[in-house]
This record gives sequence, C-alpha cells and structure tokens, in this order.
Amino acid sequence: MSQTQKVLEVSDLVTQFDTPDGVVHAVNGVSFNLKKGEFLGVVGESGSGKSVTMMSLLRLIPMPPGEIVNGEAVFDDIDLLTLEVDELRNVRGGKIGFIFQDPMTSLNPVLTIGYQIMESLKLHTDTPAKDLEDRAAALIELVGIPDAKQRLKNFPHELSGGMRQRVMIAVALACDPQLLIADEPTTALDVTIQAQIIDIVRDLRDKLGTALIWITHDLGVVAGLVDRVLVMYGGQIVEEAEVNELYAKPQHPYTKGLLGSLPRLDQKGQDLVNIQGQPPSLYTKPSSCSFAPRCEYAYDKCWAENPQLDAISDSHSVACWWDMDNERPRYG
Amino acid sequence: MDERAAEVDVTSNGANSEVLVSVSDIKKHFPITKGLFGRQVGAVRAVDGVSFDIYRGETLGLVGESGSGKSTTGRVILQLDEATEGTVSFENRDLTEMSGSEVRQLRPRMQMVFQNPHASLNPRMTVGTIIGEPLVEHRQSKGDERQARIDELLSLVGLEPKHANRYPHEFSGGQRQRIGIARAIALNPDFIVCDEPIAALDVSIQAQVVNLLEDLQNVLGLTYLFISHDLSMVRHIADRVAVMYLGKIMELADVDDLYNTPKHPYTQALLSAVPVPDPEVEATRRHIILEGDIPSPANPPPGCPFNTRCPIAQDRCHQEVPEFRELASGQWVACHFAE
Ligand SMILES: Nc1ncnc2c1ncn2[C@@H]1O[C@H](COP(=O)(O)OP(=O)(O)OP(=O)(O)O)[C@@H](O)[C@H]1O
Ligand SMILES: Nc1ncnc2c1ncn2[C@@H]1O[C@H](COP(=O)(O)OP(=O)(O)OP(=O)(O)O)[C@@H](O)[C@H]1O
Ligand code: SF4
Ligand SMILES: [Mg+2]
Ligand SMILES: [Mg+2]
Repeated sequence: MSQTQKVLEVSDLVTQFDTPDGVVHAVNGVSFNLKKGEFLGVVGESGSGKSVTMMSLLRLIPMPPGEIVNGEAVFDDIDLLTLEVDELRNVRGGKIGFIFQDPMTSLNPVLTIGYQIMESLKLHTDTPAKDLEDRAAALIELVGIPDAKQRLKNFPHELSGGMRQRVMIAVALACDPQLLIADEPTTALDVTIQAQIIDIVRDLRDKLGTALIWITHDLGVVAGLVDRVLVMYGGQIVEEAEVNELYAKPQHPYTKGLLGSLPRLDQKGQDLVNIQGQPPSLYTKPSSCSFAPRCEYAYDKCWAENPQLDAISDSHSVACWWDMDNERPRYG
Repeated sequence: MDERAAEVDVTSNGANSEVLVSVSDIKKHFPITKGLFGRQVGAVRAVDGVSFDIYRGETLGLVGESGSGKSTTGRVILQLDEATEGTVSFENRDLTEMSGSEVRQLRPRMQMVFQNPHASLNPRMTVGTIIGEPLVEHRQSKGDERQARIDELLSLVGLEPKHANRYPHEFSGGQRQRIGIARAIALNPDFIVCDEPIAALDVSIQAQVVNLLEDLQNVLGLTYLFISHDLSMVRHIADRVAVMYLGKIMELADVDDLYNTPKHPYTQALLSAVPVPDPEVEATRRHIILEGDIPSPANPPPGCPFNTRCPIAQDRCHQEVPEFRELASGQWVACHFAE
C-alpha cells in the first residue's frame, strides 16, 4: 500500500499526568500509522497506556492533570494535536467515531436513543430533516437491532448492555467515519453477546470500509478480527506486527510470555507460563527497558538503555535488545 | 503437611470416586418486594433446581454467563445463603438440616476465595492479622505456633514471612489474591469455592494465581469448585465442568468431553463464541451467533430456559422442561434433542 493511503499517522506521542504523587509517564513516545480500511488491534495489560494514547489523539484526556507533551497525529492531512478546539469537536463523532467501554457514560440517560443518533446526524452530516428518522432507524438496523423504529423511542436504561453497545456503534457510525476507535467495547459483555458485536463489526468492514482501532486486553478477540497488532507495555509500543506473524513468531519477551500464559479453549494440558513480577511503575521516565525486571533474557544493556521500536521486517517491529531467534544481542 | 491428604486414595487425574459434596435439587429464589409493607410480587430464580456431586480431590468448573447463578450456587453450598429448597451434603451429612453451631464447626473445612482481592481484605489489618484471623476465630494454635503457621502459609502462597507486617494496599492485585488464598487454606480445609479468583487480575498475573491453586491442590489434596466465566481457563484447570444458564445446569461432563463434543446447543454456542488466541485457528472456526439476550431470572421462559435463543428449538421446548439426563457418552444434558 502506498503512503497516501494512510488515514492516520502518529509520531512520538508523549502524554503525562501531573498528580500529587508525582508525574505519571503514561505514554512515552508512541508512533504508529493506520491505512485506509485497516483493522488495528491494541493490546497490553491494564495501565499500559492504551486508552490514554487513543484519547490523547482527540484530546479527550482531562487536562490538567493530563498534558500532551510532544507528538503529532496527522489525520486527513491535519495535525489533530494542534487543531483548534472547535474544529476538533467536528472531527470527534464526525470523521472519527469513538466507542467507549461503558456505553452508559457516553449515552445521555435522559434522551431517547433516536434523538441522540439524529442529533449526531444533524451536527455532522447534511441529512435533510425529513430523512433523519429513517436514517437513524437504518443505522439501528445495521447493528442488528430488530424493530428499529420502535427502538428509537427507548431510553438507554431500557436496553440491555449488549443493545446499548450496539447503539454506541450506531451513533459512532452515524456520520460515516473514516476511523472508528473502540476502547474495550466488549469487555463488559458476556461472550455470546460479544460474539454478536464482533460479528456485526466484521460485517461492517465489508460494507463501509472504515478503518478501525480496537483496544482490548483479550488476545483472543483480536486474533480473529484485526490485520495488525500493537502490543503496549509501560506506555510504549514494544511490538508491532501483522496479526498472523505476531502470534506465530512473537519477538518481544513480554508478548511471548503473554501468549504462553494464556490457556486455550482448543488445547488441554498445556503448562501456563508464569510471568514473574509486576507491571512497571510509571512514576519515572523509562531510562532502561521497562520489561527488564520481569524479563528472562535481560542483560546489562537492557538496564542501561531503553530500546526503541525498530523494524525487523516489512511487517514486524520490536523494541528489545535481545534477538530471541538467534539467541544473541540484537545489535552488534 | 496435611495428614488428611495422605489418607486419600488418589487416582491418576488427581480425583477419586469419594463424593465430598453433594448438591441435590437446590433452589434459591430471592423475593422481589414492592411497596411499604414489602409485599412479595415475584422472585428472582437465581438457582432453580441444581444437582451435582463433587468428588474428593477434583476441580469442578462451574461456568455460565453473568447472572446465571454461579455465585449463588457457591454461596448456598457453603451455607452463606440459605437454600429455598433442596439439600447440600458434605461427607454425607446434610448441611441444610444442621444447626448454626454445627455448621460453624464444619466451617474450617469449607472455605471461599473471592473475586475481588481489593474488597475482600480489611485495609486496616496487617497481612499477618488477616491470615491469622481464622486461626484466632476457630482457636487453632497460638503465640509462636500461630506465628509459625502464618509464616508457613505465606511461603506456601509464594510470599515472604516478612510481608506479615505490611498492609494490603502495599501489595499488587496478584499478591493480594495470594493473601486471600493463604487465609482460605489457613484452617486446612478440604473444600474451597473459588469464585472468579482471577477475574479481577491482569492477564499476565492470572497464570501465577492459577498455577498456585493447582500446586496447593496437589500438595494439600484440596477439592475445588472453580467458578468462572473464562472458559479457556476452566478447560485448563477443571476435571469436570458444569454449564449454567438461568439458574439451571444445561450440561455436565468430563472436561475433555465437554470441550471436544459439547452436546447441549447452549454449550456449543458458548464454546464457539470464545475466541482462540491464534489467528490461523480463528480464520477457520465456525462461530454460532445466538440471537437476542439472556432472559431475566425473574421471568424465565416456560419450558426449556434456553428456548428463546436456541437455534434448534421446537414447540415441545416451549412447553416441557427438558429432563437432566445421562447420554450414552456419559455426559449429562438438559435438552430434549441432545444425543
Ligand atoms: N486522569 C488521570 N490521572 C492520573 N493518571 C492517569 C489518568 N488517566 C490515566 N492515568 C494513568 O495513565 C496510565 C495509562 O492508563 P491507560 O488508561 O491508558 O491504561 P490502559 O492501557 O488503557 O489500561 P486498561 O486496560 O486498564 O484500560 C495508567 O498508569 C493510569 O493510571
Ligand atoms: N441477594 C440477592 N438479592 C436479589 N437477587 C440476587 C441476589 N444475589 C443474586 N441475585 C440475582 O440472582 C441472579 C444470579 O446471581 P449470581 O450472582 O449467582 O450470578 P453469577 O452467575 O455469579 O453472575 P456473575 O458472572 O455476574 O458473577 C442474578 O440475577 C442476580 O441479580
Ligand atoms: S431443549 Fe430445546 S430449546 Fe432447550 S436447548 Fe434443547 S433444543 Fe434448545
Ligand atoms: Mg483502557
Ligand atoms: Mg458471580
């Protein structure tokens, strides 16, 4: 794919929080890009910076205490990070849709879902007033909710969790976004409901050609859904690869450990790898590899210098000083 | 370590055929009340006729989606909730017929590990006090002997004796769950209900806790009821598995049979909905997508509880509750058409 087909290009994003306990280095130099229509998975454990990274792009983090210290996020030829706030509002819910983990926090409880979808259509599209209701109903139908016209009259609390999550997707799709960012959209749902939502998203991919960023801690969910995966650890991307490659040949010790620690539904009797130790503290800016304290491959260089994400092939990058395949230091 | 463990005749898979806990047709209905005088207008049928045995030394997995009645089943077994109907026996003694003090005497032998390691530990107590509390309550050991037992428990769960003087907030989630486990094994129980013991933990920490539970089972001869909605982890840890839906058991079988050849349409759909962390496998897996939502346990459908979503339901399913019966394969299933 050519350069011009990139919908999003993020470089060297740094986000911090100034808290009474000290500065939290939540995102430490994150760079990635996304092609048109591409599905990107973002995985990593709690606190690794997945949400703050994506929310920083749309300046949805509370500022203060948050501060975007550095970076560029070029979307559609404009830098989102320097865009005027009122223009940014147009992008949010317009060309970029955002789906949050808990739909109750982003749906207004006192307005019907029909009203909320129509408002979004009014704000971001030039749908004629007489067509608004039909268009809203069509969106509700698109996400697999039966009796669409009736449903438009419901308030969010009258819907089940799975239905609300679908409404969130419908709202996010209202304006034909070029990019949809979904932050753990199915984590709170039961698996049979999660399967329904993922089925809808797969279906939409073919219909709409929207690019998608799907944040999750579930390596199972992304395996069947995305084209490429970013693995985050301690506020950095430690590995990035085409999805098949990541699972078949993980190159970062954290990714490898994580995959080994997961039990599989389709296998019996595997030993689960213990990843020793704890996730890193983010109160100091990393000056060594953040995974070093838990890493079985760590050697002196890992403690001296923080490895940066570096390409090992066209479809695979890793931030690690150890070359696992050849069992030797990666550089030199 | 534990003398009782040594007496048990353990077969190759760690379990034997001695029934430790037997649950017979238990129901737990929570009343729904209305108005000033609390008039009862209905009931949440959280558990609605559940029967199974748990063999000494085994891990019985109890799975199902949220609200299906897993925790309530665990609480009724431990007599933390009173059954509306049915019996629970422990070593052939009916707990539901016992007086409060008789149950209290058995309490040390039946323990629980909770989901949330943050909420279940008293923040103002040191770790040593928390772990020692059951020893004090049941007047087991004192002074130096008690301190030695606390040290022993800490090292059993992979913590250090010096940790006894610290407070829960100084520990990570995985470490706090270890503290909860240390407390649960303090009185040398036979049986532990583990209610979603890893659900609140980071993925990278879950394996640590599960490995610990497995090690302790081997060393101490423990019997577990392992409640979880993580079907992959249950496959890993359980010997047999029961699948719940709307307060009833849909299927119960040896772990391999259940995962390899699920017989109930709900089990089939549930398993197919769990993603496998392997893109090549996912690319060829068939996902059964169920329609609609889980009905409310306050208003379950007549007939088979699964009939509103079942892809093969017939008229009969809307009228007749399917019997929980044993198939030729040895699997227990509540479906008119399973074979
Ligand atoms: N408002 C805030 N004030 C202070 N620190 C914050 C704030 N929001 C996030 N952080 C910190 O930033 C770090 C990254 O958080 P983030 O929410 O991005 O993690 P995540 O990878 O999305 O985790 P999860 O899987 O739990 O959602 C964490 O250490 C978090 O505590
Ligand atoms: N004390 C109570 N009073 C009224 N209803 C209750 C009570 N405890 C549980 N319930 C209801 O009983 C049903 C079963 O609850 P239970 O907690 O046993 O489910 P579960 O399978 O453990 O679910 P989860 O996976 O969410 O933990 C639910 O509908 C729940 O709301
Ligand atoms: S009894 Fe009927 S409704 Fe219930 S699972 Fe079997 S086929 Fe489906
Ligand atoms: Mg997050
Ligand atoms: Mg529960």
